[in-house]
Amino acid sequence: MKVDEAPAAADAPVPPPIKSARQIRWVRRRKALGRIWATYRRNPLGMIGLVVLIFFVGVATYSVFMDKSQLQKTYVTEESIAPCTFATLPCPPSPNNPLGTDKDGRSVLALVIEGSRVSLMVGLTASVIAMVVGSAIGILAGYIGRWPDSVLMRFTDFFLVIPWLALAIVLASIFGQNLVVLIAIIGFTSWPGTARLVRAQTLSVREHLFVERSRALGASNSQVVLRHLLPNVMPVIFANTILTVAIAILSESSLSFLGLGDPRRITWGTMIDAAFDAGAISIGAWWWLMAPSLCIVLVVLAFTLCGYALDEIINPRMRER
Amino acid sequence: MGTQRYLLGKAGQAVLTLLFILTFNFFLFRILPGDPVRLLTKGTGQRLSVEEQAQLREELGLNQPLFPGQYLTYMGQTLRLDLGESSIVAPGQPVTSVFFEKLPKTLLLVATSTAASILFGVLLGIYGGWRRGSAGDLTGMTGSLVLYSIPEFVLGIMLLLLFAVTFQLFPTGGFESAVGDRTGIARALDIARHATLPWLTLTLAYIGEFVLVMRSSLLDVLGEEFIQLARAKGLREKWVLRRHAVRNALLPTVTLIALTFGFVLGGAITVELVFSYPGVGLMSFEALEGRDYALLQGTFLFFSIGVLIANLLADLIYAYVDPRVRTA
Repeated sequence: MKVDEAPAAADAPVPPPIKSARQIRWVRRRKALGRIWATYRRNPLGMIGLVVLIFFVGVATYSVFMDKSQLQKTYVTEESIAPCTFATLPCPPSPNNPLGTDKDGRSVLALVIEGSRVSLMVGLTASVIAMVVGSAIGILAGYIGRWPDSVLMRFTDFFLVIPWLALAIVLASIFGQNLVVLIAIIGFTSWPGTARLVRAQTLSVREHLFVERSRALGASNSQVVLRHLLPNVMPVIFANTILTVAIAILSESSLSFLGLGDPRRITWGTMIDAAFDAGAISIGAWWWLMAPSLCIVLVVLAFTLCGYALDEIINPRMRER
Repeated sequence: MGTQRYLLGKAGQAVLTLLFILTFNFFLFRILPGDPVRLLTKGTGQRLSVEEQAQLREELGLNQPLFPGQYLTYMGQTLRLDLGESSIVAPGQPVTSVFFEKLPKTLLLVATSTAASILFGVLLGIYGGWRRGSAGDLTGMTGSLVLYSIPEFVLGIMLLLLFAVTFQLFPTGGFESAVGDRTGIARALDIARHATLPWLTLTLAYIGEFVLVMRSSLLDVLGEEFIQLARAKGLREKWVLRRHAVRNALLPTVTLIALTFGFVLGGAITVELVFSYPGVGLMSFEALEGRDYALLQGTFLFFSIGVLIANLLADLIYAYVDPRVRTA
């Protein structure tokens, strides 16, 4: 960004410290962000959510550098699973394995750490897809109006009523089980809420005088959309996306639990699936089930708390749900 | 008059959406990689001769052009509820009869649990909004947020571990006990005992959303001027709440009910799997495991129709609750 772009005619008889439009814009944005942060800081639930999120992002980052060999079944030895033996696996929590082991003797702690990265990644990427699709449809419908609006909204309603898990199962069974398919399925089934919200917001922004003014000055449609509508709708989109991440992580866990996850990747959902399939419930191996479950609940709760806190600041009256 | 036009419009929209879903389903089936005939017979163990394959292709209308031939054949068959035969889960049986045989069990679970979560959710939400900031409100809010954040099947696993494995208060799964010929009330009680944990799971899993929506929408309404007016007129607080605030605050909740229903059906799939409860949810999981495409497609279609019906019901309730619809 060229921040210090001074007017070309510096020697003209105008007051010299005039800033460029871009600079003014950035200063304003920084101030707005500062205000949002100041309000956000006073929301205790939002702060709790943020701290939990930062913790899990830290865990996910750590997992990149973690010794991956301990996730292999060949790594397991008599010592690594003491005080249990190979006959008494899965092993409950012990000093060696603070969160116990799975049926192969692998440390549940290591698995949960490894799972954090993929689970978060799936949630975030899918939400970005949902955000882009939902925002594009919402802005177009709201800005163009008339029949394209009706068509796009019918289309949105159609996706809104579709039972998503049944659809996801059909799609996953057709396209196979890998991470890309999983992300695409979650992304392309979670955008309708965003689209409706963005459309409503676009409709209200569109009525502002500055939109009419810029059009009177000869701005093209794309300029109006990109320069005026998008920046003004962005905060709403952002808060909504944070909430979507929570739902996307829940969706990933459901799909993985049904065995539709990528068999080569460890996520919290696939961990629960593996434990459930191995009969962890009947042998009472609660640690194996509860560790990934707790992680899912904490992360989803954290995203929800952050989303609500942001939403309250950005758009106190527009909440639909 | 207004109500009629409104409902006709909604019914028209539902029909349109249904057409959309049917078309979507049609193309979904045609983009399956590989030969549909091979997919349909896969896993059944039967090897079809070339002639038999050709005959099956003829029956399925696969030798016709995609549009209009195949499309119209498909539409006609679907409207006659002929959705083909299950290949793995119930080999040779029509998809429709397999589905409707399992449906009552799921309906029993889903209908009662949804009703319970709506009832308790709305009541708790009203309480929270009315007594905003009280200890009860904060507990309700926190509980709702936590419940909202737990995937249905995780909640099911927790309840199962706690009440069926540790305390052994309830059976670990199934629809009814295999041994012992129970009849009448004894059988009903046995079924109820089996359904308790899955029912509780589904109820708790969706209660949070209703609490949160009801609470925030009540808070919105309580800030409106007509509430101030009602209070200024000297109406009693309970009257204001019941006649003026709650009625208006219910509207967003009614909309949410319809939308949630799609999620409840999804939740039923995972929860039925956890409790091995033999309804359509468990059946669709088996269809998924066995790649029983015809059954999967049928399940998806019926689920979509279920959500559509729920939406229409919500619109009906809406017309009843919101007088503006009647006069518009």
